Amino acid sequence: MNKILTIIKREYLSRVKKKTFIIMTIVGPLLMAGLMIVPVFIAKMSDSVYEIAIVDDTRLFYTEFKDGNNVKFTELNVNIDIALELLKESKFDAVLHIPSTGFHAPSSLRFFADKAINMNAKLFAESILEKEFESMKLAHAGIDPEVLRATQTKINIQSIRLQNDGNTQTDYPEVSMALGIFGGIMIYFFVFLFGAQVMRGVMEEKTNRIVEIIVSSVKPFQLMMGKIIGIALVGLTQFSIWIILTATIISGAGLALPDVFNPASSQQMNAESGVMGTLNATGSMQPTTNIEVNNNSLNQILESLRAINISVMIVSFIFYFLGGYLLYAALFAAVGSAVDNEADTQQFMLPITIPMIFSIIMAQIVMTNPSGPVAFWLSIIPFTSPIIMMVRIPFGVPLIDLWISAILLILGFLATTWLAGKIYRTGILMYGKKPSYKELWKWIKYS
Amino acid sequence: MEHILRAEQVSKKYDKHQALNNVSINVPTNKIFGLLGPNGAGKTTLIRIINQIIAPDEGNLFFKDERLQARDIQNIGYLPEERGLYKKMKVGEQALYLAQLKGVKKADAKRMLKYWFEKFDLMPWWNRKVEELSKGMQQKVQFIVTVLHKPDLLIFDEPFSGFDPINVNLLRDEILNLKKNGTSIIFSTHNMSSVEELCDHIALINNSELILEGSVGEIRKSHSSRIFTMIISDFTDNYQSILHPLATILKESAQIDGNMHLRIRINDNTNVNEVISKILPYAQLHGFQEVIPSMNDIFIKTVTGKYPQDIINGD
Repeated sequence: MNKILTIIKREYLSRVKKKTFIIMTIVGPLLMAGLMIVPVFIAKMSDSVYEIAIVDDTRLFYTEFKDGNNVKFTELNVNIDIALELLKESKFDAVLHIPSTGFHAPSSLRFFADKAINMNAKLFAESILEKEFESMKLAHAGIDPEVLRATQTKINIQSIRLQNDGNTQTDYPEVSMALGIFGGIMIYFFVFLFGAQVMRGVMEEKTNRIVEIIVSSVKPFQLMMGKIIGIALVGLTQFSIWIILTATIISGAGLALPDVFNPASSQQMNAESGVMGTLNATGSMQPTTNIEVNNNSLNQILESLRAINISVMIVSFIFYFLGGYLLYAALFAAVGSAVDNEADTQQFMLPITIPMIFSIIMAQIVMTNPSGPVAFWLSIIPFTSPIIMMVRIPFGVPLIDLWISAILLILGFLATTWLAGKIYRTGILMYGKKPSYKELWKWIKYS
Repeated sequence: MEHILRAEQVSKKYDKHQALNNVSINVPTNKIFGLLGPNGAGKTTLIRIINQIIAPDEGNLFFKDERLQARDIQNIGYLPEERGLYKKMKVGEQALYLAQLKGVKKADAKRMLKYWFEKFDLMPWWNRKVEELSKGMQQKVQFIVTVLHKPDLLIFDEPFSGFDPINVNLLRDEILNLKKNGTSIIFSTHNMSSVEELCDHIALINNSELILEGSVGEIRKSHSSRIFTMIISDFTDNYQSILHPLATILKESAQIDGNMHLRIRINDNTNVNEVISKILPYAQLHGFQEVIPSMNDIFIKTVTGKYPQDIINGD
């Protein structure tokens, strides 16, 4: 036991003291915070205006083009050929041509540009035209647009989940989805990041030829476990520092630039909530979105975040990270022990990567029905449960599912570690030829 | 305790390959034991079994007359054939780590390492990374961590491979020193001539089987080639017929100075002195010497049934 502690200590310290670790630990949160802050600034700062010239031969629509965010319309009462000449001289970014047949044949409308078309501006112009065509056709048919508008009802049903204690809780599936997929991807990322470190560590010992010296002092299994645990601690250390630093930077930025992050200002809030990954469908180009809707969605996010038990999220994240990591790290160690160089690892990586990638793909199906059979089975099978259960947890998971999943994950980890230990024990002393799966199977059977 | 280590009928099979077949060895206490044999004979497998890196399929091992158990590895020092160090780790730190894995307390390890590092002029390198060291220095570090915890049994697998001649001598002296201080040593090598003058006791392994074991003296005696070189001059013509009933003449070569160099094999039931006394009246004897077979020659004789050609005709 003492020796395994010595190994854990070395594995931990030798990595934590490395320059790359220190750099990654500091740069990581900067990158993450940057990912959150920079889009806010870009959204705020992108003030280059896209100028569209309107050539309206029908003289029906040109008055309806009101300038939008970053889009400016200019009416040109000239022949389209002249307008195109002006476009070539770069007087405008684009020309929208409504030919005289335009009202009866909307497909004859043309959008010209001398550079790549700004899709947002084009969509904006289209939305204006669509509305105008609609009201004109309604008028033509003798329907009052106001009456029609009154018949349209926006349906947005609030989801309320009944809880065992009789209370009710408002559900926000969009927020749960975002949190779930974020948690799942983080687990995927961390398992691969630190699993690969285990593999490289094993290969380093093997190619350095130090491994036989060490296994004459400790059991191969102790060496393998010491490495796996030491690197898990490195992961937890890095993870905690990242969370603390990211939180500090974001809240610091929030304090320094209250204007940007002030939720009372609908415009900025709009961008911010988009960054938070929620499915708020408001875009800066669509002026139809009104302030009331924006404020609503912010309140929803805040309320839903309160509704989701953050401590449960963090505890389960740590459990599923550790469980998933331990399950896969043992396999990574086995792969590292079986080969002599990084290039040979490819063929053995397949059984590791397939269930992981499969989990990420299935996560989307699980999100749409978080209590369905697919979600249930994938969240209790140890190879997929770390990712899938993280996706499910924000939606609320029955305690019994959590228990089954947790116990199976622990059993799965014990099984892969036992299996990997057998491969590892033989593999670390084998040099030269690249083994086949058949040989690995033989190694498992050795006493 | 006559034997520090005994292996009884040890067998190990890898898949279809029989790595060791019923091998028994007895390693005498405070002696240098040579485990000899060609590459692939099974030496490293046996050593790994002794170090409990792998388990035998059959057979028992006894360390100091008790069944070999996990804690005995604290009392064994092992320098493997495939040896290396963490390249990016500092030399002193690494030596301390390896010593701690052998169960030495950190403070003790530091003190003992200082002694050895000073002895091998490695002290200035304590805080340097291993990759900055020359190969020879790395080997010294490996040797130090092998012997640091003062084990009663030391096992060296191909110890001299990769060492330069200066370090070979250094290592040889240190090993003899350790023996003087009571350590028992196992040497494993395919290069028999490199260790035979060091070894007190020898086991020969070939094709996974033990083919010969015993003290060097005994083996030499029982494997005496009975081949002698003889230099004579002023001999009478009938010296051959005098020798004939006692020995076989393998080779005769007349030298320019008139001397005759002979290589003879004395018959099994004939005494050497008898041959000399018979020949003396007929020739002037300048030299008479037994051709001592090397371990390599004995190995070849044991495997193939006869001595290699060079020992017979001296070429």
